Formats: sequence, structure tokens, C-alpha cells
Amino acid sequence: MKPTISGSRGIIKWGLALTALGLAAMVIVYVLALVYTPFEVRQGAAQKIFYVHVPAAWSAMMAFTIVGLVSILYLWLRDERLDAFAASSAEVGLVFSVIMLTTGPIWGKPIWGTWWTWDARLTLTLILFLLFLGYMTLRSAIHDPAERARFSAVVGIMGMVLVPFIHLSVYLFRTLHPKPIVLKASAPSLPPVMLRTLLLGFLAASVLYLGFVVLRYGLARHAVAERDEEN
Amino acid sequence: MSSWLRVAAAVAGKDIVIEVRTKTAILSAVVFAALVLIVFNFARDASLVSTTELAPSVLWITFAFAGMITLNRGFNLEKENAALEGLLLAPVPRSAIYVGKLISNLAFVGMVEAVALPLFVLFFNVPVWGVLPGLLGLMVLATIGFVAVGTVFSAMTVRTRFSELMLPMLLLPFMVPPLIGAVQTTTRLLAGRPLSEMIGWLRILALYDVVFITLCVLIFPAVVDE
Repeated sequence: MKPTISGSRGIIKWGLALTALGLAAMVIVYVLALVYTPFEVRQGAAQKIFYVHVPAAWSAMMAFTIVGLVSILYLWLRDERLDAFAASSAEVGLVFSVIMLTTGPIWGKPIWGTWWTWDARLTLTLILFLLFLGYMTLRSAIHDPAERARFSAVVGIMGMVLVPFIHLSVYLFRTLHPKPIVLKASAPSLPPVMLRTLLLGFLAASVLYLGFVVLRYGLARHAVAERDEEN
Repeated sequence: MSSWLRVAAAVAGKDIVIEVRTKTAILSAVVFAALVLIVFNFARDASLVSTTELAPSVLWITFAFAGMITLNRGFNLEKENAALEGLLLAPVPRSAIYVGKLISNLAFVGMVEAVALPLFVLFFNVPVWGVLPGLLGLMVLATIGFVAVGTVFSAMTVRTRFSELMLPMLLLPFMVPPLIGAVQTTTRLLAGRPLSEMIGWLRILALYDVVFITLCVLIFPAVVDE
């Protein structure tokens, strides 16, 4: 379906509204995390980053899963809107990955005593991040829209299939070479105040994901509509 | 079915004939593999790190890099004179074209590995004779997986700008599971460990091969679809 300028403007407005809502929720999470939640006994203030880090990781993983699923739909239905949506989701997933991969080491340095460790989860997320950087680079290197859509859908699907293999192999790799101390806060044992703040964090990150994707998708459709109008 | 196999064999045969006559890809990949091995020798302190500890990673990094150089060649061949368009105009299943390309790529990467392995034994003085059948089997198991994925990716990257950089960028994440499995198994092989300690990794490698060959056969038509 051909996009229209007015139609894409409507999508952009929705995206802006959702983004504003997500950002507002994020502000509440910040305030709750800094003011209302108690200090964790052993980790102290460093633990507070958890309310941003874990929801960001959640949104990043959700974004990449959606890229894979939408890519399957694209190869089946060949609707260019699906391709635009997958690309938007990949881009937003990269943003959340960067948040996850920067907040993680900031927490890791005081708690683990090191910025980075080759823990299975860390390795998997880093490889996924690089894979989707490759996905975006591939997109930017192809001119023909249909070809770009097909090629990136192939990478999106293959990437989704790759995840369990990487997980399995890095997990086995790590457990065969155990690290001496791996400290982990387990979610179910959280006190209610912390849990509520974390859940709100998940909600804020999800709404923010949706807002970013809709906004990015609207902008992509707008660019196509403008180009069509010029021709 | 038999005509499907004939198409695959014809595509593979044509590539192998071209390569045997020109020898450019194989020769440069072999020289490249030798150079990587030589560079590795200077990248360690021989008095601190023993060869046997480093050997499995040296071997597999060499195979991975040389394999990638070789894979770049597979569809580059088809760019000249729009040969790929000609191939696609033929009324044959696209999956047979993929399998043909996979076979020829496996033959090329296999040839490079066959030359690199003796060089590795010579340069690093690793006793592989006793475990040679196991090591060759492992090489087949690990190589099939990443060449299957690399064949699909090279068909795409060859049509992009900076294809030489694009292929490693996309393919290296997919090489992680086969490489970890191969290095872990090689370490155990060279240390003379029993099969029971390797079977887990071998299963992962075999599963990777089956899953990705199936996926690539299904998905390849979408890559060359015009």
C-alpha cells in the first residue's frame, strides 16, 4: 500500500504521544528508584541502576525477537510496511542494547570488580548487538528497496534461529570454565517496593519501545510518501 | 529428485572447473592461511605459552579467516557478465542452485583446510597423527555449518557495496557456535580425552549443521528472487 503524507503524519503523532507517555513513565521510575526504593544491603547505591538496566535489556530482546517474527511475515506477504517496521524495531533495539551494554558495566565495576566478564548472558547480548549492527549496515549498503527488504529479512530470520545456538554454546563454554564469583540478584526474592519499581520500569521501557518504533516507522513512511510525491 | 541432484552437481561442477583452471581463490586463500599461521607464531611468547595450549585456537582462527576469504569468491564469480541472472533464468529449482554452490564452497574451503592443516602441524609441531580421523571428522562437522550460512550471506553481500567487509560482519556472529564447539573439541582431542567428554559439543555442531542447512535451503530462493 502506498503511504500518504497525511497518513504518515498521523502515525508520527501517535509515535510522539506514546514516546511522551513512555518518557513520563521513565521519569516516575527514576524518582521511585532514587527516592522510594531502599538501598540494597550489599550493593548499596549501585543496585539502583537495575531499574533501568533490566527493562532496557527486556526491550532490546523484545525488539530483536519482533524483527525475526516480522521478517518471516515479510518473506511470506511481501508487504513493504512490514520491512519498514522490522527496520524500525531493529534500530530501536540497538538503542536499548546500548543502554543495556553501558549500564551493565557501570554496575559491574563496583559489584563484580570488573567492567566486563565473559558470562553467558553478557556474551550473548554483545553478539546480538553486533549482529544487528551488521543488519543495519547491510540495509545501508543496498539501494533497491525490494532487495534490501528481502536481504534484511533473511538476516533477521537467521539471527533469530542463531540465538539459541549462541546461548547454548556460550553457556557450556562458561560452565566449563567457571568464574570464581558471580553475584546475581534474583528477581523473585525482591521486596515489594523494589519489585513494583522494576515492573513499572518494564512497562515504561515497553511503552518507550512502542513509541520509538511507531515514530521511526512513521518517519520512514513519511520519507517514502514525500519521495513518491516528488516523482 | 534425480534432476534436482543433477542441477546441484552441474552448478558445483562448473564452479570447480572454473577454479581449477584459474586457481586464484584457492591459491590466495592458501597463502593467506600460511601467513596467518606465521603471524600467530610471533603473536605469543613461546617461553610463557606452550604450543599445545594455543594450538586449537590457532588452527580454528586460521580456518575461519581463510574460509571467509574463500566464501567471498563463490558468488563474485557470478557477477561477471551477469552470470547469476543467466543461472536464475534456467528453469531449475533455486534450492538446487544453493546446494550446488554449497558443495563447491565446501570443496574450496575443504581444500584450503587440507593445505593449512599440514602447515599447522609443521609450524607448531603438534602431534595430530594419532587423532587424525577424529580431527578430520570434526573439521567436516564444524565447516559444513558455517559454510552453509556463509553461502547464503555471500549471495547477498556480493550485491552490496563493501562486500569484502560486509560478509565477515554478518557471518562472524554465526561462526561463534561452530568455533567454540570446534576449539573445545580439538583441545580435548589433542589431550587424548575420551569421547564422552566431546559428545555434547559434537551434538551441538551436528544440530547446527542440520538446522542451518535446512533453513538456508528454504530461505535461499528469497535471496535470489527478482
